[in-house]
Amino acid sequence: MPQLGETVTEGTVAQWLKSVGDSVDKYEDFVEVSTDKVNAGVPSPVTGTIRELLVKEGETVATGTPIAVIDEVGAAATAPPAAATAPPAASIAPAAPAGPAPQAAQPAQPSPPAPSPNGSPAPAASSLSELELEGALRGASPAVRRLAREHRIDIRAIKGSGSNGRVTADDVLAAARTGAPAPSAPAAAATVPPGTRTSTYAQPIPGTTVSLSQARKIIAERMVESKHTAPHAWSMVQIDVTNVWKWRAREKDRFERETGYKLTLLPFFIRAVVESLAAFPLMNARFVPATAGGQPSIYVNDEVNIGIAIGLPANLVVPVVRGADKLSIKGLAIKGGELIDKARKNKLGVDNLAGGTFTVNNNGANGSWASAPIINGGQAGIVTMETVVKTVVVRDDDSLAIRSMMNSCLSLDHRVVDGSVASGFLAELKRRLEAMGPQGEL
Amino acid sequence: MAVVSSTSSTVMNNVEAVRATLYEAMKNDERTVILGEDVGARGNVFLITKDFIGEFGERRVIDTPIAEASIVGIAVGMAMEGLRPIAEIQFADFIYPSFNQIVGEAAKIRYRSNGEYTCPLVIRTPYGGGVRGALSHSVSIEALFYHVPGLKIVAPAFPDDVKGLLNAAIDDPDPVLFLEHKKTYRLIKGEVPDGHYTIPLGKANVRKAGTQLTVVSYGLYLHWALEAAERLTQEGLSVEVLDLRSIRPMDKTAILNSVEKTRKLLIVHEDNKFGGIGAEISAMVAEEALFSLDAPIRRLCGPDVPSMGYAMPLEEEFMSSPAEMADAMRAMVKF
Amino acid sequence: MATTDLRTGSLERHGLSDEQLRGMFRNMLLQRQLDNRGFQLNRQGKVPFALGSEGHEALQAGAAMAFHRGHDILAPYYRDLGLCLGIGLSPFEIMLSIFARADDHNGGRQFPNHYSSKAAGLMSFSSILAAHLPHAVGAAYAIKYRGETGRAVLATCGDGTTSEGEWHESMNFAAVHKLPFVMLVENNEWAISTPLDKQMAQPEIWKRAAGYGMPGRRFNGFDPIQTYAAVKEAMDRAHAGEGPTLVEGTCYRYLAHSTDDNDLTYRTREVVQERRKDDPVPAFEALLLEHGIVTADGVAAMRQDVLRETNEATDAAEALPYPEPADLYKHVYEGAWEPWQS
Repeated sequence: MPQLGETVTEGTVAQWLKSVGDSVDKYEDFVEVSTDKVNAGVPSPVTGTIRELLVKEGETVATGTPIAVIDEVGAAATAPPAAATAPPAASIAPAAPAGPAPQAAQPAQPSPPAPSPNGSPAPAASSLSELELEGALRGASPAVRRLAREHRIDIRAIKGSGSNGRVTADDVLAAARTGAPAPSAPAAAATVPPGTRTSTYAQPIPGTTVSLSQARKIIAERMVESKHTAPHAWSMVQIDVTNVWKWRAREKDRFERETGYKLTLLPFFIRAVVESLAAFPLMNARFVPATAGGQPSIYVNDEVNIGIAIGLPANLVVPVVRGADKLSIKGLAIKGGELIDKARKNKLGVDNLAGGTFTVNNNGANGSWASAPIINGGQAGIVTMETVVKTVVVRDDDSLAIRSMMNSCLSLDHRVVDGSVASGFLAELKRRLEAMGPQGEL
Repeated sequence: MAVVSSTSSTVMNNVEAVRATLYEAMKNDERTVILGEDVGARGNVFLITKDFIGEFGERRVIDTPIAEASIVGIAVGMAMEGLRPIAEIQFADFIYPSFNQIVGEAAKIRYRSNGEYTCPLVIRTPYGGGVRGALSHSVSIEALFYHVPGLKIVAPAFPDDVKGLLNAAIDDPDPVLFLEHKKTYRLIKGEVPDGHYTIPLGKANVRKAGTQLTVVSYGLYLHWALEAAERLTQEGLSVEVLDLRSIRPMDKTAILNSVEKTRKLLIVHEDNKFGGIGAEISAMVAEEALFSLDAPIRRLCGPDVPSMGYAMPLEEEFMSSPAEMADAMRAMVKF
Repeated sequence: MATTDLRTGSLERHGLSDEQLRGMFRNMLLQRQLDNRGFQLNRQGKVPFALGSEGHEALQAGAAMAFHRGHDILAPYYRDLGLCLGIGLSPFEIMLSIFARADDHNGGRQFPNHYSSKAAGLMSFSSILAAHLPHAVGAAYAIKYRGETGRAVLATCGDGTTSEGEWHESMNFAAVHKLPFVMLVENNEWAISTPLDKQMAQPEIWKRAAGYGMPGRRFNGFDPIQTYAAVKEAMDRAHAGEGPTLVEGTCYRYLAHSTDDNDLTYRTREVVQERRKDDPVPAFEALLLEHGIVTADGVAAMRQDVLRETNEATDAAEALPYPEPADLYKHVYEGAWEPWQS
């Protein structure tokens, strides 16, 4: 309610010139007010939409009392200020936030059972949650906050006797003495009409919180540790697996009959890996950081224990084929098959998971063409099998051919090996895998 | 108050209270000497020590050369060697040359000698404006000195407090800066109990009880604040007015008790606002009583300009009137 | 008054006995030894600061001889090591100050060299030059006020301090009130890096006395006997109620101002070396030997004893503890230290 004269202390809403939902331009009259001296049209302070009319026609209120709420175009909206909690406001309260604004509103969801911090209808004091209590108290003085908390009073429901309708400490004490006030004032924070825009800052991005299983927590920790400890470098080589693929095709049915396990490209690959590791033993090592008083070092493993990374629905496990260098392709296939089977049935024991010295990851099974895996902690590298793609290749004599090509990617710990060793290893791996063919022994 | 030897009292103004107290101190203790400019033959520019030199002799009432640093410094030496000197700085505006002797020496004698030497010294000086005193006869100096550990500072507003606190200052084993608001010298009259008594330093006094606002003040403005509070009483509002009396040490309990009760605090002082006494009080109350406050702490103080002016509009602009104080009080009560 | 001519060797004792002369000499040796010990400890990293007084030994030994222990009051400044020893402070008390121990008179609060001792009549002073002089004048007033004849205040300062306003104010007041006050100026020609001719147009400080209406004189501060005579005469006047005197002793500051000063930035080694020829310690030694007041062996033994005394004092003081952190809060006032009264 504007002050329309020097000594004027109140005014009467003579006639609303706009209704709720109407748009109004800045400086356009939206209400007629009469005082004992003057009748006047009151211009809108903003361009926007009338959200709420707080005073009835013919009603008289003191100057400074909020009489309407207008959602300003382009501004973040706030909940209509309750008479109880209005900050020192203009006589017309636009929705543009001014000073200690009451809580931001959300599209109205009547949800008393799940109290939200934002704009629910003011519940009875006793059922106020801590969050609601705190929300209501924004902008209140320290004394009011303390007293309202102590007495669990919803100050939004109190008609403040302080300047500009501020709820004072005395008001809270009075309310406490007369019993918790029921949410009374008609101007109290009501439900907000749907479609109202809310402040971007108040509204969280919609989503679901997924809590982590113990396994996922550990995976997260291990991944961070590995990445933050070992400086990862990466290399890739393209392998012609046409011949080994043929070999596999020839053997697979018999193998499955004999062992009950499927014969995949994996055991062939692992065989090539262990032979390449023999040629490049540093790939089968680990970096040992300096301990107190000691020097850092590289530990080269005598054993070749190949971990096979297996992605399960809720977990990532790396069971280990111990002494993989001592196994034939067949042996690797059987061992690998056993471990994968156990993994899928969640029957892997600790001894299945310990002791790995190098890891193989068959990412190609997922369709991956190239990937940059994270080294399994305590190893010097991890190598992948990517997907097999029939590819047109150019041969040495410049003729074209269609070959089955598979990328193999290596992430390496650059503290242990350099590019030359890593590339050498990959080249060796490629050579050996390309040398495998139907004439070999499983 | 301790040891009031009679229940009778005399009405006197502040300057008379100073005089009477000094006279008794000179009479009762041979070790007491007064030194300063024009304190002897002239009897002080406000006639506070009129005729003292006749009664006590020029050996005890010393007209010093115009040398403020040594007025204080010599008094320090006297105090170190067993006398109880009361040094006068003719106007607080002249105190600056003796700043080192007060802050660097007197305040530190006990501390730097690990208690072997002490400095029981009183420095009296008239301060404050409202007397067309302009640049060099109006200043408030308490903010410069209340910061200093080792010093004590009092600024009584009423004649009964003048006597009690001056006696306490004279008895005090440490240096005390005794501030007398010159405008209150003749303006403020009151009942002063007869006989010797002291008021302990560090104790404020609620001069008017109230429930809706605490006003803390001292000196001349304490009286204006009381006048303003009385106006508010006529309007049905209830303001409590606390006379600090003692600037260092300052009465924490009295201030906090009052703020707990009223939940609102207004500090009113003539001295410049920035870094004035009100700043320390505000900080203390915010630290210790934040959750009792129902309104921001406010300070109504002198503007941050070097001085009030000689021209009347410049003096009036600087100083706050009871009406201005009433406005500030009213706004806070109604907040 | 007859003077001692160090070149001709004629000795005017001014009433001093052999023992007293030897006493003065020992004081000079002790001063130099303790002085040096401060620097040694600083170079060892044991104490952060040292301030020397080489060049002042004769002046301070002579002045101390004129000080009446138990009666007079001393208001010195921070280069008066020898004077403080001479009026009764022990090497142990000196070392307590250097090591900033809890048992120091000042509880380890002050810089070293800021000696204080109520028992010895040594007024507490700060590092602010001339601030102590009004105190000395006030103390002199108190003495006179109480009618205590036979007591006087001996105040000292360097040439630098005489530029301060409070030097002037103190001289003036002492003269106006005819106080038992002796102003002994130890003119060593340097105010840190400022030479005499940049400090004053009239290099003879004693001449200012006339301006204050008090007697003044100048003497050779390298001569302990001359010093004694001049200071004694002034103190006698003061004791007798005849008022203040300004006495100026000339000497030289051989070292830098303190360990925080590099004097080569403002004077040359050669200049200082040249003035070393007047070094009062070997000069007085030579004089005493010449007149048979000491023997070479005696001097050697004295030096040994002084060293022993210094070492004992050093060890004893070093072994004692620092003040406790909680001691910081003591002696702000007689009562509680906090500004807010509860």
